[in-house]
Amino acid sequence: MKSLNRREFMKFAALGTSAAALAACATPTAAPGAAPAAGSTAASGAAAGGGQLEIFSWWTSGGEVEALNALYDIYSAQYPDVEIVNAALTGGAGQGGNMKALLETRMQGGQPPDSFQVHLGRELIDSHVVPGRMEDLSFLYEEEGLNDVFPQDLIDIASYEGKPYSVPVNIHRSNVLWYRPSKLEAAGVAVAPTTWDEFFAAAELLKTAGIPALAVAENEPNFSGHVFENILITQLDQAGYLGLFDGTTSWEDERVTRSLEILNQAYDYANQDYLSTSWGDINDRFVADDGPAMMIMGDWTHGVLLSKAFSDYRWAPAPDTAGMFMVLSDSFGLPNNAPDRDNAVNFLRVCGSREGQDAFNPIKGSIPARTDPDLSKYDEYLLSAMEDFKNNTLLPSIQHGAAVKQSFVLDYAIAINNLATNRDVAAAQAMLVQAATDAEFSA
Amino acid sequence: MATKSIAVPGERARAASTTPKRRWRINSDMLIAFFVLLPSILAVALFIYTAIGWTFYISTVKWNSQIIDYTFVGLRNWSRMFSDNRFYADLRNLVYYAIGFMSQCIIFGFIIASLLDQKIRGETLFRTIIIFPFAVSGIVTGVAWRWLMQPTTGINLLFAKIGLENFQPVWISHPDYGMWAVTIATSWQFTGYVMALYLAGLRGIPQELREAAAIDGAGTYATYRYIIIPLLMPVTFTAIVLTGMNSIRVFDVLASMSGSGPAFATDTLAFFMYQSTFGAYRYSLGATIGAFMILLSAFLIIPYLRSMRDEVER
Amino acid sequence: MTLQRIWTRGAIYLVLIAFCAFYLMPFYVMVITSLKPYTDVNVTRMWELPKGIYFEGILQAWTAVAPNFWNSIVITVPAVVISSLMGSVNGYIFAKWRFRGADTLFILFLVGMFLPYQGILIPLVLTLQAFGLYGKVIGLIMVHCIFGIPITALLFRSYYTGIPNELLDAAKIDGCGFFGIYRHILLPISMPAFAVVLLWQFTSIWNDYLIGLVVLGNPRLAPINVAVVNIAGSWTVEWNVQMAAALIAAMPTILVYLLLGKLFMRGLLAGALKG
Repeated sequence: MKSLNRREFMKFAALGTSAAALAACATPTAAPGAAPAAGSTAASGAAAGGGQLEIFSWWTSGGEVEALNALYDIYSAQYPDVEIVNAALTGGAGQGGNMKALLETRMQGGQPPDSFQVHLGRELIDSHVVPGRMEDLSFLYEEEGLNDVFPQDLIDIASYEGKPYSVPVNIHRSNVLWYRPSKLEAAGVAVAPTTWDEFFAAAELLKTAGIPALAVAENEPNFSGHVFENILITQLDQAGYLGLFDGTTSWEDERVTRSLEILNQAYDYANQDYLSTSWGDINDRFVADDGPAMMIMGDWTHGVLLSKAFSDYRWAPAPDTAGMFMVLSDSFGLPNNAPDRDNAVNFLRVCGSREGQDAFNPIKGSIPARTDPDLSKYDEYLLSAMEDFKNNTLLPSIQHGAAVKQSFVLDYAIAINNLATNRDVAAAQAMLVQAATDAEFSA
Repeated sequence: MATKSIAVPGERARAASTTPKRRWRINSDMLIAFFVLLPSILAVALFIYTAIGWTFYISTVKWNSQIIDYTFVGLRNWSRMFSDNRFYADLRNLVYYAIGFMSQCIIFGFIIASLLDQKIRGETLFRTIIIFPFAVSGIVTGVAWRWLMQPTTGINLLFAKIGLENFQPVWISHPDYGMWAVTIATSWQFTGYVMALYLAGLRGIPQELREAAAIDGAGTYATYRYIIIPLLMPVTFTAIVLTGMNSIRVFDVLASMSGSGPAFATDTLAFFMYQSTFGAYRYSLGATIGAFMILLSAFLIIPYLRSMRDEVER
Repeated sequence: MTLQRIWTRGAIYLVLIAFCAFYLMPFYVMVITSLKPYTDVNVTRMWELPKGIYFEGILQAWTAVAPNFWNSIVITVPAVVISSLMGSVNGYIFAKWRFRGADTLFILFLVGMFLPYQGILIPLVLTLQAFGLYGKVIGLIMVHCIFGIPITALLFRSYYTGIPNELLDAAKIDGCGFFGIYRHILLPISMPAFAVVLLWQFTSIWNDYLIGLVVLGNPRLAPINVAVVNIAGSWTVEWNVQMAAALIAAMPTILVYLLLGKLFMRGLLAGALKG
């Protein structure tokens, strides 16, 4: 009995030490930015002039990762010696996701990746530029002629104190109304609403027909925040809207109150279970046979609906927002002390190039930031979006990090979620005012 | 207490042989013992206590954005935390969660263990099935139960099919009671382990005791009430501590199941801390919440340790 | 067998079966979802059986999580074995070698058990950096061992306290010292306690998400749960792949439990977790 147990113990110890030895062998390759074991030519990858390119993003699956791979393909064609480490992690699109947590610990630990995906605008600027972690990209914009091909409004969003800090790869539009013609027809609504008064008239007809008018997924904050920003721009003009983020427009303004009231009223016509539906499931709801008639959501919806082989949908600008284009954009910047700076800069070149953007965007379902794309590659919706992008007033999105810093976006989304749950306009507005105070907005 | 000390074979021997206080004397073996323990002491000090110290320190400075700022501001972060509605929602949720989770795990764990103790055919199969969920990670639990708790298509659909169309609760998205629904999912995961604890405890109760009770005329209910449950007190206490620990730290399941829920219905201190730190970059506020959680936990450990000390000295 | 006894037995079985149905229900949903093709997967139709058996979800899931699967093995196995051994020795010391201050030390150890690890990610990274262990698998194994010190010591201490001191006295008379007692008396009978501790540690470390991710700093090297979560896209989730991946991730733990099952029950019986 004793000897058997000792043998078992020796087996344990042997197992432990051999596994530890295995781990020790794995150690040299495990430092961040080093070659991962799976399928890489680690030994030969250290060739001179090669090196690595570590990119952080939250594009982990589906069309998004395919689009990213298209960019990588173009890059590898030009720089075959560089080994691309695609460090993608979910949880970056919202606030407090895992990708952002990981990025933060990397930055705090003094080991930034070569580049990382970040929403264009204040999300990048307040989170990374102001603390002095990013390199100024004016040189790149000059060399690549980006100052001429990006719209000036967009460059302004990308810039801090006159200098740009990231290269936008794509443009998504926030203020789109998606509607199901079959549902509208069934309720006797002749044409999709173009103003909020028309919307409520249509909603009444839909209600009589037993169809929810608006798809909402407010199980947790964020979805309604997206809807609300598209109402704010209908009540405030451009200067008023932008003034919300530098203190010139107060969040106590009656136009904000009116916007909240419109949203509050819209909840009367939302799908019954809107407090139980999460953003990830809203598309399943929309395409279901008993689904709602309309949805105000960004234009990635187009790609999602296509992938579900769904065709009963059309689009229009969100009510009262014709002529406005609410912008959000994914971009890449250059951290200070990037381990492979040259490779990173070359990657940014690819991101800003016509070839890169035309390879990426059709797959992703977004439009390029450049104003000179190869139109033959884009489908019907994207072409119409590009037209609008050229001609409309560009406004930065709150919910998606373009207009304002992350801590405010979090508080804002919570305030709107509160409205959705408690249906109390005054309370929600008070929370918004408090959030503005906490954010210390100043010109 | 005489009955308790002969409940388990090992304990009987221990009660007989442990001298009241082991006399401390220096000898080379004691020294060896201390030095063998030393690496663990150093590791815990270095990794856990410095982290705790860091947390308390940061809670007193002004670091609430990406720009590192160690300006001392005393208890300002603490007063800010105490004046936040979210904090009180979290405390309420903690109470709901703790009561719901702990009671389900302990009550169901005990009931199932008692049933399995009745010489059941296929006991191994039942036991294995019920402890399976324990092997599943918190994230997976959260994902699976989020689906099940969809108000129109999850379990409610099953209820409707068997005729209970009117019983269609909204489970985790209820603004006031969502947390109770979360405990169903988490206790689904943990009850199996508590069941195993109780089963072992039951197996350790000598058959003679039960027979003696039967001879004295005690029915099943009386046997359980006066003999079995008191003898299982140590197990119950361990279960309370383990489930209590889980209640304070629960994170993965909630993050993947419902996040903070509508109007903080299912928010927790841990999630609040995580979002403050990595979502809003309010490091000091996050550290304050963390420091509060550590203090709260300390208040829970002390009774456990006291009773453990008492038990050893018995 | 009296009629009443038949009814009672029947009721017991019914109740147990009902409990089992409850515990199996989520697995049922996960399995049938894994076997559906993507176009059929919809949260509104979760209870419907798949129209056929489609392996695309499982194949895709395996491709997505395979590299991280091996990462998890490399991380978990050494960490579990080492932390169990450490716990055994530490538990032995706290149970049988009560030098002055040992009790206070033990209490301080236990406070570490309650630490909310989400809050200490940043100081953890900084400390690891100071030792040059940030980003390395060895560093992660060490972190798991350190975080496991309190609970493993607690479990083993409880177990060893139940062992009569006369055995140790006898060994001392025979000339055994600190290590001798451990090797000849305690270790041979520790198998059940090891089973308990191995199971708890394996479950905690294998199911870990955040610590592994943050300490290694790279999703490609991270444990398997990271790959499972990564299957979700930003705006939509391929549920068949997601559920399949979750099941694949749970397999090893279930296997370990089946293997350790018998030992586990004996370990609890002997008092490892009774406090």
